[in-house]
Amino acid sequence: MAVADYDRSLELEQSGAPARDRLTHIWEGEPGLKGWLSTVDHKEYGKRYIATAFLFLMLGGVEALVMRLQLAGPNKTLLTPEQYDQLFSMHGLTMIFLYAQPVLSGFSVYLFPLLLGARDMAFPRLNAFSYWIYLFSGLFIYAGFVIGYGPNDGWFNYVPYALTRYNPGPNMDFYAIGMILFGVSSTAGAANFVVTFLRARAPGMSINRVPILTWGTVTTSFGILFSVPAVSLAFFLLWTDRQFGTHFFDPSGQGQPLLWQHLFWIFAHPWVYVVVLPAMGIVSDALPIFCRRPLVGYTVVVLATVATMVMGFGVWLHHMFATGIPFLALSFFSAASFVITVPSAVGVFAWIATIWTGRPVLSTAFLFFAGFIVMFTIGGVSGVMTAAAPSDQQLTDTYFVVAHLHYVLIGINVLAVMGGLYVWFPKMTGRLLDERLGRWNFWTVFLGFNIAFLPMHWTGLAGMPRRIYTYPEGLGWTAVNVVTTIGAFILAAGVLLLLVNVLVSRRHGAPAGPNPWGGPTLEWATPSPPPPYNFAVIPAVASRHPLWERDLRESGEHSSIQRGMALDEGKEMLSTSALDAEPELIQKMPEDTLAPLLTALAATALGAAALVHAWIAAAILALLLLAAVLAWLWPRREMGQISERRHA
Amino acid sequence: MPTPASPPMNYLEAFGDKAATISLLTWALLVLSIAVVAIIALLTAAGVVMRRTSLDAQATGREPIARRGGGLSWITVGVALSTLALFGAMAWNAYTMAAINRPPREAALTIEVTGHQWWWQFRYKSDDPSQIFDTANEAHIPTGAPVRLEVHTQDVIHSFWVPALGEKIDLIPNQTNVTWFEAQMAGVYRGQCAEYCGRQHAHMAIVVIAETPDAFAAWRAAQLRAAPKQQGDLAAGEAMFQARCGACHTVRGTLAGGKLGPDLTHVATRSGIASNTLQNTTATLTGWIADPQRIKPGNKMPTLELQASELTAIRRYVESLK
Ligand code: HEM
Ligand SMILES: [Cu+2]
Repeated sequence: MAVADYDRSLELEQSGAPARDRLTHIWEGEPGLKGWLSTVDHKEYGKRYIATAFLFLMLGGVEALVMRLQLAGPNKTLLTPEQYDQLFSMHGLTMIFLYAQPVLSGFSVYLFPLLLGARDMAFPRLNAFSYWIYLFSGLFIYAGFVIGYGPNDGWFNYVPYALTRYNPGPNMDFYAIGMILFGVSSTAGAANFVVTFLRARAPGMSINRVPILTWGTVTTSFGILFSVPAVSLAFFLLWTDRQFGTHFFDPSGQGQPLLWQHLFWIFAHPWVYVVVLPAMGIVSDALPIFCRRPLVGYTVVVLATVATMVMGFGVWLHHMFATGIPFLALSFFSAASFVITVPSAVGVFAWIATIWTGRPVLSTAFLFFAGFIVMFTIGGVSGVMTAAAPSDQQLTDTYFVVAHLHYVLIGINVLAVMGGLYVWFPKMTGRLLDERLGRWNFWTVFLGFNIAFLPMHWTGLAGMPRRIYTYPEGLGWTAVNVVTTIGAFILAAGVLLLLVNVLVSRRHGAPAGPNPWGGPTLEWATPSPPPPYNFAVIPAVASRHPLWERDLRESGEHSSIQRGMALDEGKEMLSTSALDAEPELIQKMPEDTLAPLLTALAATALGAAALVHAWIAAAILALLLLAAVLAWLWPRREMGQISERRHA
Repeated sequence: MPTPASPPMNYLEAFGDKAATISLLTWALLVLSIAVVAIIALLTAAGVVMRRTSLDAQATGREPIARRGGGLSWITVGVALSTLALFGAMAWNAYTMAAINRPPREAALTIEVTGHQWWWQFRYKSDDPSQIFDTANEAHIPTGAPVRLEVHTQDVIHSFWVPALGEKIDLIPNQTNVTWFEAQMAGVYRGQCAEYCGRQHAHMAIVVIAETPDAFAAWRAAQLRAAPKQQGDLAAGEAMFQARCGACHTVRGTLAGGKLGPDLTHVATRSGIASNTLQNTTATLTGWIADPQRIKPGNKMPTLELQASELTAIRRYVESLK
């Protein structure tokens, strides 16, 4: 970058309102519906991701409650077997794919540019596209469910039960095509996170100064880029097996049912980390705010995050310990599954150390994070029990595993997300969530969750298999199931309390101000909610905690948040180098457009046409898809990097 | 020693050497896990209680940023201890895996297990073809000797699981998995299909009856007998059975030779029907034959629309298959 460019920097105090007005004018979207559909502002999509994921969480929750009613006693007939099968499949895939990952994407999409001191994601249009196609993939699968063709083979969808011979309806096709669309969404999102992380950090924010949440997300994104192709391929092959009689998985023609399991778990085991690592990042970043001190062991926590993801690719076989794999492979994967818990221990002790060496303030958010630590541990140790191959041959496919996976998913994901909401809701809306309601929210969620799922370990140890729609009397399972069902309803009430809190506080909450918690990172330097351009001047960062520099005695350098480059000659953002965040070039940012929405619509419609074998319509839609992409990518003068003007 | 079937599927109790080796490991891990959770929960709670400050200080954002030491030693010590415990558990795990990999003695018996949606076929193998016979859903084994299992499936993936005997193994198309189990004590052990296999996965239970070698030999001899030639009323029932049920069910020694459903040659001696969904009594049997779809919706046995008299005749014939 030419030295002259630095002269475009600006002292905010002196420049005052005119500069801000100009920036607002440049960055603001159109009002009204069109503006709503065509905006590419990351903050908008962050909130939409979170809201949409939350809706899916509630749908999945209702499905779970209905299942719990059916299981509250032996031989109940509330549901037919087919209804139960669709419910547990929809519940599983909704929670894993439509809630757990997207909600974290929501936090990351909202926070990434703010945490990094940037004005938007590296590819704002791609960002919008990821959201729309996520939404449509979810609606697509739910459309099947609503007309009675919900997937009914569980979220891991084992063949040959998923093949037409055993599953003739279109149920599995909805799932297969929906998952391919969903894969497009997560791949696009992941690529965007990686590039944003590498190239859009504020000057001076070298790679060892970025918040842990961004590490979690970026690590996860690499995981997605490596694992999603496996599952997209698997679902595509499944679809051709079903539609065109190929034999990739069909055992009647030399197909390999186990191939499905390998492809699926090579994707889905890393996916477990996709839905927890960013959540752990939320805690690693937010818990220290409430402990009034920096996180203990930043570097080891980052290394542990990366190590977990890498090792996550080496343990997929532990979902298959009962498939009759050879002894040597069994020993290897069993050992690897033990070792992968070591990095998790790093996280746990880092959080505890932060509490012990800090001065925690027991706000609602903090309660969620403290509860999280214990739930994380329970999910971790039950994971170790299933890592032991001989024990797992007993535990797998029982309620013990159902308990384990809910401790992982609710304990790590949901608790962190709820805590995170208490922390960043004021940033998003300008208003605080109510603390008193918050206490109630926390305690009902925490107690309800443990009442529901702690006894479930026992149900599993007492031999109750998972995915059964009913069970006989006299096996010692009834009482525990009653308790579990009661707990599930308490938990659901807790989730409703959060909803109430959000709805009420959005309008009537106490005004938050820019930094209600005294947080150390850049997002707290912006007003709440942040203006469309995020930062009036591009901040320069000299430490991990720019806003705490005055209080942390050891930090000698000083970040500059009030003075920096204004970049106000059109929609502009600064690109910096990957490791040291040296300014490299001024990137022109795209204007609002309907292209991402139309592209996502065309892609989804193409999927629907393939589903019903409307090949002519499919061909037309493919052309429309192409047209939408062309409109998206059409060269535009304002995106050119050549400037006529010189900065003397 | 507890008696088998006391909670019928609880596998923290073991009734065979293999199961005992496994459940010892499971117990050890369980105790370790509970200890770890207790320690972490205590550390967290104590930290919160002892170090907390008030919310007000927070609200103004003025509370100075407190640091009491770097805190890194927490991580070093904590992770070191965890790793130590983990490696101990890993070693025990490896030892257990090696111990149960092979049966300690020559297997007394080989049972070929075939999974069907939604019932179990057990074929007692032998080098002598005349000694081979089939039964369904209820397996008998002799105590004190390893039993070799060869498992495979006719349709989708199932999983053969008898917790108290320490075995779970998936049944996978085009693949035969081989394993073994063993019961030290006579008794009735319940098991169940553990891998989701479709609508009636819930109703695919197994009963394994372990008995002394003598009792087992007697049972085996009885199973090898074909059904006797029937007289009178029962002969009429037999004819009806052949006409209406014979396409799917086998009764050895008669013309009924169907392969789709369970072999019924000695069905009256079994304790349960419909893969142990129901106790085997006159009432349940009648209900099942009259309308199997009501009891196990989606199962492969059609509702036959039998006349009341046909129903009684067939049911009485089935009850004679001892
Ligand atoms: C009110 C809260 C919840 C309750 C009562 C609940 C209950 C259940 C029940 C009863 C099952 C079916 C077990 C079976 O039949 O085998 C299940 C499965 C599952 N749940 Fe939940 N759940 C809840 C929340 C969640 C959340 C928040 C997540 C993830 C973020 C989640 C993820 C899953 C998954 C992945 C499965 C496995 C589905 C399958 O077997 O294919 N659940 N849950
Ligand atoms: Cu099954």
